[in-house]
Amino acid sequence: MRSDRVLEVLDAGALSTIQDLGRPGFAHLGVPRSGAVDQPALRLANRLVGNPEEAAALETTATGLRLRFGHAGALAVTGARSAVRVGGRAVGWGTAVAAAAGAEVEVGPATDGLRSYVAVAGGIAVPAVLGSRATDLLSGLGPSPLRAGDVLPVGPAVAEPSGSEAVPRERGSELGLWLGPRQDWLTPAALARLGAASYEVEPASNRIGVRLRGPVLERARDEELPSEPMVLGAVQVPPSGQPVVFLADHPTTGGYPVVGVVREADLPVCAQARPGDRLSFRILG
Amino acid sequence: MRAHRVGEHAVLVECAGTDEVQDTYALLAARREELGAVEVVPAARTVLLDGLADPGLVAARLAAWTAPPAPAAVSARVEVPVRYDGADLEEVAGQWQVGVEEVVAIHTGTEFTVAFCGFAPGFAYCTGLPVDRAVRRRASPRTAVPAGSVALAGEYTGVYPTSSPGGWQLLGRTELELWRADAEQPALLVPGTRVRFRAL
Repeated sequence: MRSDRVLEVLDAGALSTIQDLGRPGFAHLGVPRSGAVDQPALRLANRLVGNPEEAAALETTATGLRLRFGHAGALAVTGARSAVRVGGRAVGWGTAVAAAAGAEVEVGPATDGLRSYVAVAGGIAVPAVLGSRATDLLSGLGPSPLRAGDVLPVGPAVAEPSGSEAVPRERGSELGLWLGPRQDWLTPAALARLGAASYEVEPASNRIGVRLRGPVLERARDEELPSEPMVLGAVQVPPSGQPVVFLADHPTTGGYPVVGVVREADLPVCAQARPGDRLSFRILG
Repeated sequence: MRAHRVGEHAVLVECAGTDEVQDTYALLAARREELGAVEVVPAARTVLLDGLADPGLVAARLAAWTAPPAPAAVSARVEVPVRYDGADLEEVAGQWQVGVEEVVAIHTGTEFTVAFCGFAPGFAYCTGLPVDRAVRRRASPRTAVPAGSVALAGEYTGVYPTSSPGGWQLLGRTELELWRADAEQPALLVPGTRVRFRAL
């Protein structure tokens, strides 16, 4: 049996990508930040297996994935809850577990939330692009989404797995919203509606943004906004009046008004929102 | 400068026009570390500072700042050789009400400046054409515009660094490599760069 430090992808599910904390610092060149959509979950998975928090891990979407360890190692699954099996045996979620060389790891479909994070001790060691191993689905930078048969190099483990610290928390469905910079592009009535209505998550949501459907937000101004730089969590209102919350792979500039920015602590709620879930905004100021 | 807070980590500086964006970007990029910003991002009429620990403090500080004219000496100059055989030359000639040769003459006779990047890594929005030369986009975007395409939309000229969908009007193509992710300087055309297009 081979004992290289590798992970073999047996089944990549609907969409699995390699993610770390992304490539901030290049937005002026048009390079999206990218990286894990649920950053606290990625950091936690890495801590559990003894990695630096910024190490590269796997991000699944809704359906989970199957892997085979080429070496004896450790893994941890965080983010969306899912059933985890190693060598056919049910093991813990949100904790470091051991996998023998040749063991098959199965991360089941997400049962609560959308994106699970699978960290392995040593981290995924594919080459970095602009300082990051993250797959950016908007610009195409970084490794391609995983496919069955991919063999991923794993780096040397630097510390012992730290066991368990995962406290599953209630995620909620309310997003704190800091208004601006272009809240005056909405009518006062639309702004009030934004803070009061409930929005449904559209199936077209992805790593670029969560598309919401609900009461139309009427604009107070009809002209075109000259392109502006965009931030993570920006709530953009296109002419349809249906808001979009920008996530990790968001474009660096955009031409629709940003009426507010989601509170950083609530970004994991967006990251884990499933199509059909309902979200609301609470205006903070 | 007039700066608004944007969320918990950013401020957006408002500028009167393209020239002021250039001057503001040059100043803020030069003082990025001192301001504690991770990103300094120019766009059409604004400049963003992102990754700030205390955006309120930075916004208050910036209120007392004025951007002096950006020193021309620091900006790089790039010449872009172009084969002017684009599919939309006639369309642009029609919009400008001139002949195709004059479109090329106007385009090669203009000194452009990279105002900002966006849309795709290394995609530079270059300004320099007079306002009455603004160009309407195609009614329906192409599904694939080849890499190296030199194109117009609105007040901007751009060069597609990689093949992508796009609605800009195509003037021609360059062989120049505009984007290399593994290079020390991945983008050839960065904000502030002076650009001249030369007909092949």
